Amino acid sequence: MSEDAAIVARGLTRRFGRLVAVDGVDLTIPRARIFGFLGPNGSGKSTTIRMLCGLLLPSAGTVDVLGCRMPQDAEQLRRKLGYMTQRFSLWDDLTVLENLEFMGQVFGLSGGDRRRRIGARVEEYSLGPLLAQRVGTMSGGQRQRLALAAATLHEPELLLLDEPTSAVDPQSRRDFWESLFGLVNRGITILVSTHYMDEAERCHRLAILAEGRLVAEGVPQDLMRDIAAAVIEVEAADAAAARRALAGDEAIRSVAQLGLRLHVLLDPSVEAPEARIRERLRTAGVEASVEAVGASLEDVFVAATGFRNGPGH
Amino acid sequence: MLQRIFAVMQKEVRQLARDRITFALIVGIPLMEILLFGYAINFDVRGLRAAVVDQAGTSMSRALVGDLQATGVIVLQPPSPSVEDLRRRINSGHLSVGIVIPADFERRRLESDMPAVQLLVDGSEPMIDGIARSLASTPLPSRAGLQHPPGRFFEIYTEFNPERRTAVQVVPALIGVILNMTMVIFTAAAIVRERERGNLELLITTPVSSGELMTGKLLPYVFIGLVQATLVLVVGMWIFDVPLNGSLAQFYLAAALFIASTLTLGLVISTFAATQLQAFQIAFMTMLPSILMSGFVFPFDGMPKPAQWFAQLLPLTHFVDMVRGVILRGAPLVDLKVQAAKLLAFFVVALLIATRRFHKSLD
Repeated sequence: MSEDAAIVARGLTRRFGRLVAVDGVDLTIPRARIFGFLGPNGSGKSTTIRMLCGLLLPSAGTVDVLGCRMPQDAEQLRRKLGYMTQRFSLWDDLTVLENLEFMGQVFGLSGGDRRRRIGARVEEYSLGPLLAQRVGTMSGGQRQRLALAAATLHEPELLLLDEPTSAVDPQSRRDFWESLFGLVNRGITILVSTHYMDEAERCHRLAILAEGRLVAEGVPQDLMRDIAAAVIEVEAADAAAARRALAGDEAIRSVAQLGLRLHVLLDPSVEAPEARIRERLRTAGVEASVEAVGASLEDVFVAATGFRNGPGH
Repeated sequence: MLQRIFAVMQKEVRQLARDRITFALIVGIPLMEILLFGYAINFDVRGLRAAVVDQAGTSMSRALVGDLQATGVIVLQPPSPSVEDLRRRINSGHLSVGIVIPADFERRRLESDMPAVQLLVDGSEPMIDGIARSLASTPLPSRAGLQHPPGRFFEIYTEFNPERRTAVQVVPALIGVILNMTMVIFTAAAIVRERERGNLELLITTPVSSGELMTGKLLPYVFIGLVQATLVLVVGMWIFDVPLNGSLAQFYLAAALFIASTLTLGLVISTFAATQLQAFQIAFMTMLPSILMSGFVFPFDGMPKPAQWFAQLLPLTHFVDMVRGVILRGAPLVDLKVQAAKLLAFFVVALLIATRRFHKSLD
């Protein structure tokens, strides 16, 4: 497995003073796949990505990226790596073409080759009409297409995308993900961090980070199937009353309201979760229909992260 | 490597050309400074308003008044009928200097132990006082007196600056002050800007090395510095008649050396500052001592010893020395090799510090 892997990290740890931002993370990221990092802000996604591309030195642990040992071989990795920072980091006071030209030159592309590749990226990401426009005046979606074009100009084997869609409207997000699948089909490995569930669900594999620790990892569908919780949906005319009725049950890990429905996660050790909920509601005199449902990725996320300091703890 | 340095340079120039305010400052700062220092800030005083009470009324006394006026230090106002009237005009601020020629002027003129002429001076302004006193120490000029004691002749002629104009002393050193100001600020800000706007995070993950990045970013400023030096020199020669006694090539050589050291100072500052504002503040902190202690304003030899030692650390001190030598005294750089060596040492040390710290700041 590890010969095919694009990234192998073992015991990866980073401390900032007393804060442990990333805590003993083990990762094996396969080639030519989209691998997602899902986690709330401050969970260590960016810090991990920065260690993978050599921006930060690990406090402990080892990382191999595309066969390069980081951070020693960082210079060797540069040409094989494309990186999109969380904050847009191309130059606002340059035009689209000038930004692309600069990145091409920096990666050592010669004149003809550079023009050819810039032409291809401009075509691919519909940047044609924007070529002479200064980047500072462009929308979030346009900037993001430019950032992706710039990050792929030198045809890297690995793309690291740190929350690439945080400043982008839904339509641009969809288009962006379509482009990512296009890149993967060409054999490029993509590591993307996000806090959007729908984006996480589109990844081939997913790692959930919470407080610097890896709390779950796998194929999104497997994670949903194997969730360590029972998922029950309660539909009640008086959702607030139903909610009150469920409060105080030690087996209930989380209750989230979706319109008139309550989405309830229970400890997996509970024998008959559906019956237990029904019983509680009847005792409290609340009219409601109760049904066991399949877990969503959000449930997986809550089960993996929230339980540790959730209500039932 | 050259391609990457060129790419960074090209980017820097483009960004600079689009930053209209910064671009205007490249020309604006030198122009403003030279006009300010050349016109407004005048360390010698000319055109003091003066009036005469001539109680002698001889041809000799009139010749004396004519000679005093010819120095240009005073500008004669209508004469006063009496000493009392003269005092009143001085007290009311209409006059700075009063000249009283007593009735027995002819006798006094021949007896060297008696003052022949009385000067009344507005003592409330030290500059005026100083100038008027130097005027008073003038023995009677040639036409007015033949029997004055030797060796007390008031020498208005000063070496290399016969008219004693401040501009001639100020302009060469001003080139240094302006370069010091703009080079340090621009370079510090140019590098901190990349960090502040998040560009550096991207640049680090590209094959650009920190050496290439710094070289590419600094080279345009070397050129800008030379343009500024030329601008101040040309304006100085054109408006203020500053002579260029030395060779132009040596002037540029000295300027390039100084630019290199101020650029590295800017680099060092950039490694300490997290924001452009901080960079400005630190740059400003280095500016005031440079201006005050380099010999630009106060005579270097007149400063206390510890201040002189400290001033040795400032690149401007050595450049002021060199540039006055080249421009005014026409000295070849060979004669100024000590100063040149000190500048070079500053450049090397600052460059070492900057590269060391710049590497660290990438983490």
